[in-house]
Amino acid sequence: MAMHAVPFHWRRYKERYQLLGTKCENCGTMFFPVRKICPKCRREGKPSTVKLSGRGKVHSFTVIRTPPDGFEVFAPYVIGVIELDEGPKLTSQIVDCSLDEVNIGMPVEVCFRKLRTLGKDGIICYGFKFRPADNSWKPESEKRAQGS
Amino acid sequence: MSKLATNTKKRDVAIVGVGSTPIGEHWDKGLRELTWDASIAAVEDAKIRGKDLELIIVGNMSGGMFVGQEHVAALVADFLGLKPTPAVRVEAACASGGVALRQGYLAVASGLYDLVAVGGVEKMTDVQAGWATSILTGAMDFEWEAYFGTTFPGIYALMARRYMHQYGLTREKLAEVAVKNHYHGSSNPLAHFQNRIKVEDVLNSSLVADPLRLYDCSPISDGGACVILAPAEKAKQYTETPIIIEASTQASDTLSLFEREDICTLDATVEAAKQAYSRAKISPKDVDIIEVHDCFTIAEILALEDLGFCKKGEAAKFYEGEQTYVGGTLPVNTDGGLKASGHPVGATGIKQVIEIVKQLRGEAEGARQVKGAEIGLAQNVGGSGATVVVTILRRR
Repeated sequence: MAMHAVPFHWRRYKERYQLLGTKCENCGTMFFPVRKICPKCRREGKPSTVKLSGRGKVHSFTVIRTPPDGFEVFAPYVIGVIELDEGPKLTSQIVDCSLDEVNIGMPVEVCFRKLRTLGKDGIICYGFKFRPADNSWKPESEKRAQGS
Repeated sequence: MSKLATNTKKRDVAIVGVGSTPIGEHWDKGLRELTWDASIAAVEDAKIRGKDLELIIVGNMSGGMFVGQEHVAALVADFLGLKPTPAVRVEAACASGGVALRQGYLAVASGLYDLVAVGGVEKMTDVQAGWATSILTGAMDFEWEAYFGTTFPGIYALMARRYMHQYGLTREKLAEVAVKNHYHGSSNPLAHFQNRIKVEDVLNSSLVADPLRLYDCSPISDGGACVILAPAEKAKQYTETPIIIEASTQASDTLSLFEREDICTLDATVEAAKQAYSRAKISPKDVDIIEVHDCFTIAEILALEDLGFCKKGEAAKFYEGEQTYVGGTLPVNTDGGLKASGHPVGATGIKQVIEIVKQLRGEAEGARQVKGAEIGLAQNVGGSGATVVVTILRRR
């Protein structure tokens, strides 16, 4: 992708490193990523920045086998939509498990990782990824199979 | 309901000429030649001269990233020899063509312009496939999706996986979408792929982003497409079969997929369709033929539901037998769709509308003409659904 200079990566570091979101103090809705306005309350809303728990479950997932530039070393890798305990969803890699361990509903927690190295300047991008949070968890289908 | 649906139009708008390049890999043609081929065909079809045009609108997603060329509208006006005619470029990712058409429609409907050329063009094969994949990630939320390694097939795979989980859609049934679109593409001489395939071919093709395989994905294509718009009351000057734009509506949604309440519904499609049916005073059952944005097979399934042809979770039933084939009860993507006819992103929205125009005129080539088609609908999607344009066309 485009060769962005350092500030492009730097200005988001708090959000990407600490998993910051927005809570509208007027209606209570949580958002990720940070928003300047609550789309529901508009001017009446009171958006404030909050740190999200980083715990949630897999809402959907895929295995990326044809990666974009810069992600070749990770491929194949799992990308998931994670539904956080507080409500908002986000997109993240799911790591520290084999490709076939990931399933919809699996509990996951945030971890801090290198995302990639960019171009000949070698800018290292860091941010969140998610990993399994409960090793004893099994998907519904497997539980049923074991029970029968 | 927005004001748009109820406001009275200044005047009706007709499509009086269409032209398209073959879609595919044009090693011998750049942006300007593709534009030339499509627009000269449209101008000849409308039996006008280029100098009659008062405004040029061009849909183009990323000339800058694909070939290093921005300022695409000026390039088009210049290469067509049409200076000083004003030219405007419209960008809305894969919906660039659809949004361009809507801007042309507004220009003519407003009464400010009579003859407007609306084109779409994309030159995608001058870069390697990995780079093209990276460029296309610009259509999603770059900082919160692409930055973490998501690709476009990945985004639609997330929808597909969730949909299969929630509604029990089988992998085999999903493959039927590609099989049908290749079948239609086989009678479209302009299609990128004109070969027929079987369900096994889809299931045996390589995995791109599980559960989506290569044959679930539309290709990277070069191509250009162009239509000529005129006020409906003057349309008969140019053609015996003017096709009226009964509605051209557009809606927005979150840029990222993950912020949607339901990742298996394109709310922007639902909203744009609702407005379009209201404006055209029809319901889905009145539509004879549809072109939907099947950038991936799952997108066609979602589109049929979001456009109101069935309830959420039920679209698979249309793939029992040959209902979505020409001759069936609901012919879908008779040109082969994005899957087989190709997906030159900036041109796609125009190309879809051209297929409907050909069908309504009774001029579709080969065996793909739908008999007696009178009303057609096209759905053009940008990104994962942050922009959707719905166009309803009618033969009068």
